[in-house]
Amino acid sequence: MNINELEKLTNEGVDDLPSLERRTFLRAGLAITGLFMGGTILSLTSVRGAKGAVASMPQDKRHAYSPHYSMVMRQNLCVDCERCMDACIQTNHVPHYGWRTRILERTRNIGPQEKETIFMPVLCNQCNEPPCVRVCPTVATYKDKVTGIVMMESKKCIGCKTCMAACPYNARYFNEERRAVDKCNFCWDTRLTKGMKDTACVEACPAKVRVFGDLSDPNSEVYKLVHQPETTVWVLRPETGALPNVFYMNVTLDI
Amino acid sequence: MKAMLAKVLPQEGGLEGSQSKLYNGTIGLFWLLTIVGIGFGVHAMLIGHEHAYGVTREIPWGLMLAAYVFFVVTSTGLCLVSSIGHVFGFAAFKPIAKRSVYLAIATIVSGFLVIFFEIENPWRMAVYNVISPNLTSNIWWMGTLYGAYLVFMLIEFALLQAGRHKIAGMCGLLGVISGVAAHSNLGAVFGLLNGREYWHGPYMPIYFIVSAMMSGCATVIFFHWLGYKINGWKMSEQLQESLRSVAKLGALLYIVIMFFTTWKCIAGLAGHPPGEYEAFMALLDGPFAHNFWYGEVALGLTIPLLIILAVRARNLTAMAIGSAASIVGIFVMRYDLVVMGLSIPGFHELNIVDLPHILPYTPTLHEWMVTLSGFTFCTILFMMGERLFRGHLSEDH
Ligand code: SF4
Ligand code: SF4
Repeated sequence: MNINELEKLTNEGVDDLPSLERRTFLRAGLAITGLFMGGTILSLTSVRGAKGAVASMPQDKRHAYSPHYSMVMRQNLCVDCERCMDACIQTNHVPHYGWRTRILERTRNIGPQEKETIFMPVLCNQCNEPPCVRVCPTVATYKDKVTGIVMMESKKCIGCKTCMAACPYNARYFNEERRAVDKCNFCWDTRLTKGMKDTACVEACPAKVRVFGDLSDPNSEVYKLVHQPETTVWVLRPETGALPNVFYMNVTLDI
Repeated sequence: MKAMLAKVLPQEGGLEGSQSKLYNGTIGLFWLLTIVGIGFGVHAMLIGHEHAYGVTREIPWGLMLAAYVFFVVTSTGLCLVSSIGHVFGFAAFKPIAKRSVYLAIATIVSGFLVIFFEIENPWRMAVYNVISPNLTSNIWWMGTLYGAYLVFMLIEFALLQAGRHKIAGMCGLLGVISGVAAHSNLGAVFGLLNGREYWHGPYMPIYFIVSAMMSGCATVIFFHWLGYKINGWKMSEQLQESLRSVAKLGALLYIVIMFFTTWKCIAGLAGHPPGEYEAFMALLDGPFAHNFWYGEVALGLTIPLLIILAVRARNLTAMAIGSAASIVGIFVMRYDLVVMGLSIPGFHELNIVDLPHILPYTPTLHEWMVTLSGFTFCTILFMMGERLFRGHLSEDH
């Protein structure tokens, strides 16, 4: 069977692929783009016509929350001005020793002498299967049943820091002033409940890297971005099974 | 109350300790160190751990959690080893029961002392563990089961003192069950974290139980020897024989743990599993190599095993020295296990600028002092127990 014939076959989707296989596969740094037969990956085809590259891509039927808050990072737009970080610190009273969102800097060789720098904003992924929530002994951290935001009830936090050890994304820190673990909650208490439509970091970003919205609404910008055809969308560390709600993509720049 | 105490505390018979300046001085010094350590812990609690301890958001657990793990591993091990005799009826292990159960209590209480200062808001635990439990949380199960374990062990010890061996054995069985459940949950606290490759998998709960037995054997031998040594008593023949049986069991367990460790290392290296490979390289040939080869392999496993083999499980002094080495080595094992698991950054594969391959962690003075106070407090409990319970003699030897 050559590649052209393969392309004509219908894609069986990633839904029924055993998670172990997905994981092993993703570990190898490859994207699942092709078709499967009887659950076994037969081949990788070109990206055209393929489903999402990542196992944890949102599936419409999985929207347990409404609004299902999520964020899309149009990563290659980020210029590392860090205004999002400042806005977050101001809005959420983040102490000097902590952070809720950050810009990580990556480098990649793009030629024998050439390097490319990538700026990668990170924050709590408001995971659908949050390891931090599972491990918390006192339900001090929980997944909000309406919005899907992973929140803190500070008065219940005993400060065992298990959630910090469990989070694959280093998204939590212990806030001595609150005497509880603190983390991004999409500005729930500081903005969303006060009628504002987006988070402080989204508002502050001059490059429009961050897009915030309701993934369960097909008319929202986040929904459209994530469901764009022929666009690779990825999440961080999918192999941990945390199912993040922060999605990353690169946009085509018209220069 | 008095009558009850009279039942539990032997009034006469047994072994009497002679008073000496050295003995009293040691106890005094240890009390001082314990109180100073608690002072450091309270200070850390007041100013916030962020400003007192060396733990960070990336490495939220350090020396003190390792000390806690060490104490509860030892306690569970003591409970298991002592149960062989007085719960499961193997006569050779009966003479060690009382002291071992007492030590199991002393070590878990010392562990609780350290964890009290390791957790930022321990007082909230008492309330919210009860009114807001999370049944999927291994920490919750561990805490709750260890609470039950302590209660069973206390009742069991009181019953042993009162000579009610049958019902003490039943209580001991409950202690064993809750101890094993609690301890494997402690292993699961680490093992069930998908994002921590070094820990992830069923290995941790299994390893924790087996290594607890190993710690138990070392502790039984060392503290029986020490108890008799510092009080100038002479060991009965039955007790010596019993300790020799413990040493034989210990030898087997050292070998089992060597086997476990070898395969864990091979599995961590073969095929370069991401996250794990880096951790094992750090352990075998990196910043943790001294800890691993000198602490874990030499002191913790090889030396005590070789001593037991060399003296054919007979010379108790030699085996007590080996056990002391092993106890030190096991502490290093716990430290490496906790810190190594957190040292590999979650984004290690992403080539992040300025992100070290191995995250740094150095315990601060506060952490050392609280940890030390756990050890001094445990020693005080041990020494007082020897006097109070007159050498923990049981009637049948
Ligand atoms: S990113 Fe971390 S803190 Fe946020 S929900 Fe996921 S596991 Fe929890
Ligand atoms: S530190 Fe607080 S929020 Fe985190 S697991 Fe412990 S009790 Fe829960």
